[in-house]
Amino acid sequence: MAVELDVFVGNTTLIDKDVYQLWLDGYSVNDAVAIRVQSGILEQAGTTPDVLESDTMDHYRAFQMLERLLHSPPKLINQLLFQIPPPMQAMLIEKYYTFEEPFVREVLGKKLSKGTKKDLDDVSTKTAITLKSCRRQFDNFKRVFKVVEEMKGPLVENIQQNFLLSDRLAGDYAAVVFFANSRFETGKKKLQYLTFEDFACCAEQLIQNWTLGAVDSMADDMDVDLDREFLQDLKDLKVLITDKDLLDQHKSLVCTALRGKVTIFTEMESSFKNLSRGLINIATKLIHTKDVRDLFVDLVEKFIEPCKSDRWNINDVCLFLTQYTNTARALDAFKHQCLWERYMGTVKSCILKMYHD
Amino acid sequence: MPGKLKVRIVAGRHLPVMDRASDLTDAFVEVKFGNTTFKTDVFPKSLNPQWNSEWFKFEVDDEDLQDEPLQITVLDHDTYSANDAIGKVYIDIDPLLSNEAAAILSGWFPIYDTIHGIRGEINVMVKVDLFNDLNRFRQSSCGVKFFCTMSIPKCYKAVTIHGFVEELVVNEDPEYQWIDRIRTPRASNEARQRLISLMSGELQRKIGLKVLEMGGNAVVGYLQCFDLEGESGLVVRAIGTACTLDKLSNTATSLLPPCSSPSKDMKESPLVHQPSHGCRSTHNSPIHTATGSRLTQNFSVSVPTLIYAGMRLHRLRSWGEAGHRQMGSVSKARQAVVPFSEDPNPVTHSSGPSTPLKNQTYSFSPSKSYSRQSSSSDTDLSLTPKTAASSPKGPAIFFFPSSPTLSSGSPHHKSAHLLRSEALHSLTPPHSGYASPVCLRKTVSFNEELLLAASGMGSGSGGKDGGPLKALYRQQTQSAFEHREFPFFTLTTFPSGFLVHVGGVVSARSVKLLDRIHNPDEPETRDAWWAEIRQEIKSHGKALGCHAVVGYSESTSICEEVCILSASGTAAVLNPKMLQDCSMEGCSEHRLSRQPSFFSTGSEKGEFDFFLQCQDSASILGLDDPLSLGCNFCHIPYDELNMPFPAHLTYCYVCRKQKVPDVLFTTIEPPLEAAVTGKGCLIQARLCRQKKKTQGEANATAISNLLPFMEYELHTQLMNKLKLRAMNALFGLRIQITVGENMLLGLASATGLYLTALPSPGGIQVTGKTPSDSSYEQHISNMQKKINDMIIKNREIYEINPPEILEEVLGSPIPETRQRSRLFRSQSESSDDVSELDLSHGKKDAFVLEIDDADAVEDIHSLLTDAPTPSGFYSCNTEIMPGINNWTSDLQMFTSVRVFRLNNVTSLTSQWLNKAFSDLCENLLKTLYFKLRSMVPCCLCHVNFNVALPEDELIQIAVTAVAITYDKDQAQYVSKVCTDKTLLRASAENEEQLQFTLELCMESQSTQCALLFSPSKAAEMTESGSLQPVTPAAQRATSVDYSSFADRCSSWIEFIKQKAQTIRRGSIKTISSLDKASPLAEAQARHRSPISCTTSTVVEMTPLSFIPGAKITKYLGIINMFFIRETTSLREEGGVSGFLHAFIAEVFAMVRAHVAALGGNAVVSYIMKQCVFMENPNKNQAQCLINVSGDAINFVRDTDVESAPSQSQASGLQTGNGSGDVVT
Repeated sequence: MAVELDVFVGNTTLIDKDVYQLWLDGYSVNDAVAIRVQSGILEQAGTTPDVLESDTMDHYRAFQMLERLLHSPPKLINQLLFQIPPPMQAMLIEKYYTFEEPFVREVLGKKLSKGTKKDLDDVSTKTAITLKSCRRQFDNFKRVFKVVEEMKGPLVENIQQNFLLSDRLAGDYAAVVFFANSRFETGKKKLQYLTFEDFACCAEQLIQNWTLGAVDSMADDMDVDLDREFLQDLKDLKVLITDKDLLDQHKSLVCTALRGKVTIFTEMESSFKNLSRGLINIATKLIHTKDVRDLFVDLVEKFIEPCKSDRWNINDVCLFLTQYTNTARALDAFKHQCLWERYMGTVKSCILKMYHD
Repeated sequence: MPGKLKVRIVAGRHLPVMDRASDLTDAFVEVKFGNTTFKTDVFPKSLNPQWNSEWFKFEVDDEDLQDEPLQITVLDHDTYSANDAIGKVYIDIDPLLSNEAAAILSGWFPIYDTIHGIRGEINVMVKVDLFNDLNRFRQSSCGVKFFCTMSIPKCYKAVTIHGFVEELVVNEDPEYQWIDRIRTPRASNEARQRLISLMSGELQRKIGLKVLEMGGNAVVGYLQCFDLEGESGLVVRAIGTACTLDKLSNTATSLLPPCSSPSKDMKESPLVHQPSHGCRSTHNSPIHTATGSRLTQNFSVSVPTLIYAGMRLHRLRSWGEAGHRQMGSVSKARQAVVPFSEDPNPVTHSSGPSTPLKNQTYSFSPSKSYSRQSSSSDTDLSLTPKTAASSPKGPAIFFFPSSPTLSSGSPHHKSAHLLRSEALHSLTPPHSGYASPVCLRKTVSFNEELLLAASGMGSGSGGKDGGPLKALYRQQTQSAFEHREFPFFTLTTFPSGFLVHVGGVVSARSVKLLDRIHNPDEPETRDAWWAEIRQEIKSHGKALGCHAVVGYSESTSICEEVCILSASGTAAVLNPKMLQDCSMEGCSEHRLSRQPSFFSTGSEKGEFDFFLQCQDSASILGLDDPLSLGCNFCHIPYDELNMPFPAHLTYCYVCRKQKVPDVLFTTIEPPLEAAVTGKGCLIQARLCRQKKKTQGEANATAISNLLPFMEYELHTQLMNKLKLRAMNALFGLRIQITVGENMLLGLASATGLYLTALPSPGGIQVTGKTPSDSSYEQHISNMQKKINDMIIKNREIYEINPPEILEEVLGSPIPETRQRSRLFRSQSESSDDVSELDLSHGKKDAFVLEIDDADAVEDIHSLLTDAPTPSGFYSCNTEIMPGINNWTSDLQMFTSVRVFRLNNVTSLTSQWLNKAFSDLCENLLKTLYFKLRSMVPCCLCHVNFNVALPEDELIQIAVTAVAITYDKDQAQYVSKVCTDKTLLRASAENEEQLQFTLELCMESQSTQCALLFSPSKAAEMTESGSLQPVTPAAQRATSVDYSSFADRCSSWIEFIKQKAQTIRRGSIKTISSLDKASPLAEAQARHRSPISCTTSTVVEMTPLSFIPGAKITKYLGIINMFFIRETTSLREEGGVSGFLHAFIAEVFAMVRAHVAALGGNAVVSYIMKQCVFMENPNKNQAQCLINVSGDAINFVRDTDVESAPSQSQASGLQTGNGSGDVVT
């Protein structure tokens, strides 16, 4: 005797969050049943494995049907097929679009192409996340990217409107989209210590300050692409390191301001020129796409690593960067205050976010 | 002529991509009604077209308006090839034809395709301008309202209940027409859908005409069914109860029925004496069944069978004689209608402890026109001498209850017989042989496996008090029903006072051979079939001393060319006054506040029969007279001096005045006034019988031979299970017998209850046949112990603590009862041993189960293995569970379907099959309990099982039910509101929290999720999701422990949930930072309040006739939909489960869309009447047909009513009064 068909359909679609999570995690029905059995649900509910299997199958089927709608969350909200209470709809969407740290760190900044998708089995083995789950997360990135890529208006809002995500998750997706678009290098060994959250914060800064959107709120691709004009202008900052007087003046101003306030004053004093050169060089090269990609690598190599080797603490870095930025204003010969602010404000936030173990 | 239908096509959304090249669609719409078609412009290149068409106007007959569905087809324009259809929407415009229903139908409808399912949605507006038609010869019946609800709808009062209406229409099934060979499956499906839509429109119109003829304006309890007879055609039939309804101007009017017919009237009305009334006796068994098999055309066999079920059977030994006095009366009615040329009285009696057919009489009565004799008839004849010779061979004990010569012939009996035969003569053409029915009656005894063991004497010398008066009363009642052809009522709930007595279940079955319907315009054959069955039911009802049948329903089961027609109902005595001019509003207003009541057994002075007659006035006055004791309906309607069957009568345990049976079976809802002890539960009897694969007549004969056995077995099982649960009454009994190629399935479902008025059931006593074997003894005593434990446990579970009543006080009025011995199974001992079995183990009411063979062991095992409902769950197949009165508004309707494959059915033993089938049902229930565990404590109400045998080795079970949560604390809803308020006040200090608390307390946490979205979204969300009760799973399901990252990303919902928990726990912490959410929340709360009360696209569905915690404000019309879905890519759609899952979800969606378009927010009395599933996995194909119906309504939640507190307090007062009435 075999069960040929077994369905349960509620007027209000019943959703078990635990099973949903198992489904999202890419477990097969059998694995999911096994996991549920281990959770002690059988004893709790006083039931048998076949009931559990039937329930799991049923949920999986429902999720599969919902998946089509989840690809376009506004559809899920408007559709008539499944009656789901709004809080549950929100939960379904939020969980479906939630991605995992190890996964995103593997993919962040990579081109969201078929080639990358093919490599997902490697990612899966590396991160111990099921391939199915990897695919879902990757497809989510790609889908969000495709939808908002060409859109006008603020990136986060666009994502929120088209995918009905929470502020935070929408922000994270904005970071993913932003990184994917500019193809920032995040996979280098030197960058391994950085979390997605670090990058997400940096992305937020970059989006807020360096994109077209920062100046023109209705420009195409305003939040996705960096402001080319700005990048072009950054070349003008070169004067801070090429002009010897300016460099010395800048250094002395910073040193005066920091004397007695930082523990590593001597190290700072000695490495000031190197650090300043590093930061300004990053700025002047940003007009090349390749150097944009290496932005984070450069920040780590040119600034964070030297400071770390000199045992600066975060407070020192913060004070230094603040003074370094502020004192440049006092330089009479330096005419690019606005540009400087726009550049250094963001770089400072990024470095501070990235300056940890 | 008169009607102008206007249709406007507004827009579409989520259309499928029809043009692969552009990934877009060029959609346009065709609107068709009758033969007229309009088209919209093509809206190019869009998946969300905006047509904004003009109003298309159709000028049509109102006849067409009723019959035709509006057909909207969405197509993709193609310049070069034919336009591709995207899908269709059928709209039944009937709800718009009633003057008080919806004025406009407007909303989003799913675009449905029979091959692809739902493909996007379309926004349509429909209006009807109806002119008054004063033509007397009109064929239409616009304006007659139809309700599926089996009681008087909530916002109406019944001025008159006219009675039974029925109609059927037949047609050829398009699926089986020659053209089907050349057209696409889609075209065929659509032809079928359209035809059925047309037919049901026509059917409704015709029934409406009948109603108008009767002077009514509505049909309540409308039950429409399709019989897919395959080759031979398609039958759409319906039954209902015609009423004149008046809209209650104010739904909150007093609960007192304005009916003011003074009881005097009744007393003054002339009493018609019928000298023969005492003989109008047949059965009084709780179940009174006749099984007939009449084969059509050239073969006519009539085998009506009477089956005594349950307890009565076991009493036969002592009451046998009395019990069999009723022979023959069953067929009276039939004879009056169907003149049999030869055999006068095809009566079958089954009786006796062990077999359904112990004393079965098969009489085959070929009518004059039919020449063929059935071969089995010969057998009968040959058997007759055997039975007549009262020298049983072997173990058989033959018993002829009807024969005075065999019984010890008390004079009393003889007189009874004489009387009866007189009565018969008066009804039937005199027969040569009929004078001595005993001699002529042909009896088949199945002495091989079954025998009847019934002996003993009984004398019906019961208490005589009130007898004559009761008889008078009955005659009055009778006169009110006399003029009706079928005094049937499809209603299952009645206003208090309407139902005077309940006799028991009456049912009839008939096996027919289908043949092609030659002339669709004259469906006479089918009509005649049903007329026969109804006559049978009517006569059974009469036999029970009742003049009406309530809770009446009809059903069919078809396999190839064999069809079983079944009808069943509950014989009852109704109050004719109420029938004439009653006002039946608010008949279930009380039900939610009903409380279990215990009654003191203080004796009431005053003439009970007097009280019977004036009960309606008494109920009006709300006096605390015996009526409010709620025991009246339990009192026997038949004359105990002339009991139609052997019953064990006692004085009513509530009023102590009248006699009650020890067990009562009914097909109706528990009456509102019924005094119930403890809680009830779902009781199911399941049975599987194999049969040989045969064809035609042989098949029909085989089936009709099996039927009585099945009925008997089912009833025995029901009775055993009822005893095991220490209960004494069954309500909502529904016995479904399904025929398949090589087996028959029987499934009986009912809700068991302990009626306070009925005596407490005794235990079950197990006895073995070989007492010498000690290990066997051991085994038996173990079993006995298990059973006893089970009974005790069940008493606890169902809170059955009947008031202690001293046996002596009540006194068994009939001393003979003490001597009765009951047997469960036949045994192979001689009759001497039988008396040994009457083991008095101290408990005289014990019910004896004798284990004599493997079958019996199996039965007992199955008794014990029925899994108990998990704690926190109750289940019933009635609307609500008596004893639970604090329902919350949290409900979940669901449908679950399972198909099982049995391999090699023929090689299986029937025991194994039985067990398998029983396990299937049990497992299904278990799954339901597990699925709904988050709703605990809850009750599964209206659990409706449907069994089908779609193929040789497949069993399909479909269940539809609703789970409703209730408050565990006995506190009433009012007090809950109060506590919520205090909670509110407590948390009011923090404004932010107030918002959350408000939402939580209101139990409609509709749009919290809107927090997640931008404010602009919030408004949209609010619209779409207001009033939605939160799925409990969302609240209560344990949350997963996510990784820290997931946590970070997790939404505000988690946060809110935590918060909610905090609040619920009562320890409210001030949460300092609400971040951005708080202003949003405020904005959202502002949005919410105005919108949530008015618009809501959330549509509740429930099989019940009401929504707990809500008030129905308007009935918007009947929903009656039929869908076909087919696939040729079964695997791709997730196999059979995926296919059906999607289809059922689609059906729900389409029902909801229609309701929403009518301006409603719920469907009540929802029922899935048919779910026919066929698959062919080899061809990767499957097809499914689903038929659903219900009443679209608009309701307002009690919590949403403006003056919520004052109102709920008022209702609290009312309930207080009500309960006070009952208790005093």
